[in-house]
Amino acid sequence: MNNKSDGKTVEKIQASGPAKSSITLKVNGVEKRLEVAPWTTLLDLLREYLDLTGTKKGCDHGQCGACTVLVDGRRVNSCLTLAIMKDGAEVVTIEGLAEGDALHPLQQAFIEHDAFQCGYCTPGQICSAVGLMNEGRAKTADEIRELMSGNICRCGAYPNILAAVQEVMLASAGRAKR
Amino acid sequence: MNNFSYTRAGDIATAVSEIARDNEAKFIAGGTNLIDLMKENVARPSRLIDITRLPFDKIEETEDGGLRIGALVTNTDLAYDEQVEKRYPLISEAILAGASQQLRNMATTGGNLMQRTRCYYFYDTATPCNKREPGTACSAINGFNRIHAILGASEHCIATHPSDMCVALAALEATVRVTGKDGDRAIPFAEFHRLPGDAPQTDTNLRADEIITAVDLPAKGFAENYTYLKVRDRASYAFALVSVAAALEMDGSAIKEARLALGGVAHKPWRNTEAEAMLNGKEATKENFQKAAEAILRDAKGFGHNDFKIELAKRAVVRALRQASAMGEMGGKYDDKLHRTADQPR
Repeated sequence: MNNKSDGKTVEKIQASGPAKSSITLKVNGVEKRLEVAPWTTLLDLLREYLDLTGTKKGCDHGQCGACTVLVDGRRVNSCLTLAIMKDGAEVVTIEGLAEGDALHPLQQAFIEHDAFQCGYCTPGQICSAVGLMNEGRAKTADEIRELMSGNICRCGAYPNILAAVQEVMLASAGRAKR
Repeated sequence: MNNFSYTRAGDIATAVSEIARDNEAKFIAGGTNLIDLMKENVARPSRLIDITRLPFDKIEETEDGGLRIGALVTNTDLAYDEQVEKRYPLISEAILAGASQQLRNMATTGGNLMQRTRCYYFYDTATPCNKREPGTACSAINGFNRIHAILGASEHCIATHPSDMCVALAALEATVRVTGKDGDRAIPFAEFHRLPGDAPQTDTNLRADEIITAVDLPAKGFAENYTYLKVRDRASYAFALVSVAAALEMDGSAIKEARLALGGVAHKPWRNTEAEAMLNGKEATKENFQKAAEAILRDAKGFGHNDFKIELAKRAVVRALRQASAMGEMGGKYDDKLHRTADQPR
């Protein structure tokens, strides 16, 4: 490109940055081969490239939990995760929880307990609660509150979120006993 | 976020040579702090060297009866490790007092040591900050400084180190193991982080070509009498205004050995071995705790909004020592929740 006004030649500008890399991710049970730039977050990859817009961008700084997904069974903030670093991982989002038309028990419980108003934090809340149950560390209501504190609900639906999570935890503990 | 190139280090030698040849490069593991700083344009690395596939993800026994925590062990895995819970419960408690479970699932042991301050001005590229841009100014000294340091600060920087885990590691006298171009080093925890002085841009004594490989815990874990007391603006998921890691070895009602480290008050986890020595051999009484607290905060200096931290820190030290020393007689962990009244927020 020539900048004729001052007669100097401007070096060729590389607008695209370094080349994309190829990674493999299993997303909601389906293997995907993807070309990603190093700076693409897992959140942006899910929403912008895979059209999985259930996962929400809230603060984009790991403070609100709206972007929570499960990576290899563990809940993480997808906004602070570089997709390229998760090559080979298994990702589950809110879209991957239901089995066909049968909702995940946590999805059902959130409806029954009216555990949301605007719903923006809900996918993150539910994925986080799935992670919480995988961890098996929370037994009491206080422990659920503490271990769910990474998911903010600005509508203030916390009592109902707690009730929904508690119900599913109790039911699954009951099933485990039988 | 700026554009950058990405390399995945397959072995430690590659990681070290990659970092040594590019001073704009950074290691990345959990990324919970670095990605955030990159989104804010505070960190603008030319390349990221992904170290997550290096073999530092184990917790192992050391020859002297301690534990070696691999630098890539996540905060969650460390906090819930059976041996750590049993022998070093202070560490578990400190880790679980910080961040959220999502972040703890991502964040690593080495990364926790390397995280940067959460000073608002450090994050705000529109304001001067000596830590972000050396030689500009400290905006916090005459600005909003409610969360800032009261001990060991300088005219150049009054930022605090944000970690909870590091406060416990300081009290327990852990050792940081690093590897660089010139070989391996073991850095005592007290010497790992720096005070700001006239070079607040440098948080630690880690050299540019070095990588943290592990944190070693000594055999002594103070598992009988310990407390991590964290005072913050909300009950969960907030940084400490003041925190205290108290670890005691008791001999009946007397203190045989005391360890104290404070978080949220300085550019590094704050220890005062003189104050600890004042407690050794003394009865575990409120008066003795108060003397130690006064000694720790003797040279404390507030900058306006954070003046309250001086009294708060004194009270937190006394309370942490009371809780830690009372553990045995209460037949287990002192639980503040039991002492709450019904109308207090949970």
